[in-house]
Amino acid sequence: MANNDSEVNPIISLKSVSKWYDDFQALKNIDLEIKLKEKIVICGPSGSGKSTLIRCLNRLEAHQEGQIHVTGIELHEKMKDIDTVRQDIGMVFQSFNLFPHLTVLENCMAGPNWVRGINENEAKDRAMALLKQVKIPEQADKYPEQLSGGQQQRVAIARSLCMQPKVMLFDEPTSALDPEMVSEVLDTMVELAKSGMTMICVTHEMGFARQVADRIIFMDEGEIVEQNTPEEFFNNPQNDRTKAFLDQVLS
Amino acid sequence: MFVDTVIEDKALHKPVFLIGLSVTVLAIFFAFNFTNTIFGEFLSPVIGNPEESGFFGRLAVSFVLTILFVGNLLLISFARLKIQILIVWLELFILFLAFAYSFDLEIAYIFSGQPSKIGLMISKGLFTTIYISAVSIAIATAIAIVGAIAKLSNNGFAYAIASFYTSLFRGLPLLLQIYLIYMGLPQLGFMIDAIPSGIAALSLCYGAYMTEIFRAGIQSIPKGQWEASRALGFPFGLILRKIILPQSVPIIIPPTGNQFIAMLKDSSLVSVLGIWEIMFLAKKLGAKDFNHLEMLLTAAMIYWVLTIILEMIQARIEKKYQQKT
Repeated sequence: MANNDSEVNPIISLKSVSKWYDDFQALKNIDLEIKLKEKIVICGPSGSGKSTLIRCLNRLEAHQEGQIHVTGIELHEKMKDIDTVRQDIGMVFQSFNLFPHLTVLENCMAGPNWVRGINENEAKDRAMALLKQVKIPEQADKYPEQLSGGQQQRVAIARSLCMQPKVMLFDEPTSALDPEMVSEVLDTMVELAKSGMTMICVTHEMGFARQVADRIIFMDEGEIVEQNTPEEFFNNPQNDRTKAFLDQVLS
Repeated sequence: MFVDTVIEDKALHKPVFLIGLSVTVLAIFFAFNFTNTIFGEFLSPVIGNPEESGFFGRLAVSFVLTILFVGNLLLISFARLKIQILIVWLELFILFLAFAYSFDLEIAYIFSGQPSKIGLMISKGLFTTIYISAVSIAIATAIAIVGAIAKLSNNGFAYAIASFYTSLFRGLPLLLQIYLIYMGLPQLGFMIDAIPSGIAALSLCYGAYMTEIFRAGIQSIPKGQWEASRALGFPFGLILRKIILPQSVPIIIPPTGNQFIAMLKDSSLVSVLGIWEIMFLAKKLGAKDFNHLEMLLTAAMIYWVLTIILEMIQARIEKKYQQKT
């Protein structure tokens, strides 16, 4: 437990991780290491296991075989400090999952105030600073349902950032948005990437991947089929399945 | 509810419906034969002695009643919605009073005695009823929260105990539970007074029903709320207290309000234990002079007023929570 966190590198590592839903194998022998400050984009056809993979990283889903280490701590079913690990890993969902009974500001203050032991004034300052960073400080006192989808997703990003996480996970953050709102969320993510955050994004936004990713991982049928730098991935895909996928999303 | 933007003509304003309704109503009035009532009396200048008026008299009375009834409906149908509701309420209430009046009651009896009977029912009975209901509702709510969490937990003991409890207390008649607690517990060596055993029975019974309401309320919160809370590293108790329960409250309030109202009335069952609540006093005070109906009707009106107050409180709370989310 006693890690000097910033030195844990790679910050996330998976060794031959497998997961089943009943008889269906969702993840097959995944090996993966993610270094501090790395930006990873995971793509692949639906049902390929990319969401399952990212949800295993904060143990919203349990893996059955292999080891997952996050910030140097192994995730397993008997672990005692899962909440401490999760507090260090931000997660943004496809469906935002903001707390509808709390205002935007309260949504952002909740984590720091309730579980980080930060007093209300300080939590409020931090929340306002991050709402400014995602460019919606003026919405602070509204309730989530009064906001557009793009605004809600940006609040969700700010809510995660308020916990000052070491890693941010994005699970298809723009898939539920109207087309004209996609860019405002992607812009926020690009800025976050520039600030040096470690990011793992499941997304179909190939423009974003090209611009931001250090490494693109292509998954199909529960396996990592190919991983490469954006340059190589788009210009010189090795695997036939990757080629077929790229033909479809880029056409 | 979604009100459609296309409005149909009022049924009452369609001639076919109006004629059909009139004929039906006429047939009903004719079948019930109001000739020998106050209506026949009123029409005696036209039909002569009601008793001897025969077919013609019966038809005339039915016809006049039908005109009055359908005419009344037609007039109301032209009023604004709120006024319509008010008038229909008032008319139904007057009909109810007329129904009670037809019992040929001795109304003065209710106010007789020193202290007056109605005074006793309010000062003693109403107080006891409210006291028992309020305490039982508070305990039932506490039971329901614990029961709902237990029913949703993965702990075998908690689930088994909670589901056995709801099964048993929803499965037995409340009256039987009251007897079982009052007479059963002393067998085990616990001497228990009438009021505590009445409260225990009501709390346990309604706690069982409310457990199911709370469970459904908690389950209706989308899974994403749990996932987002978990992902932020919130522990279970905090998620429940700060995220899930506050969102369940608006869903839980309408059925819980129903339970409160039902419990208020079911508190009358503890009268079998000799507790001086409204129902017991009504039976006791009326029995002395065989004026049962007077006192029972008094009790009925007190219960009715109480539930109307509760309904109003429920509507207010519902409105408050609707505004917030």
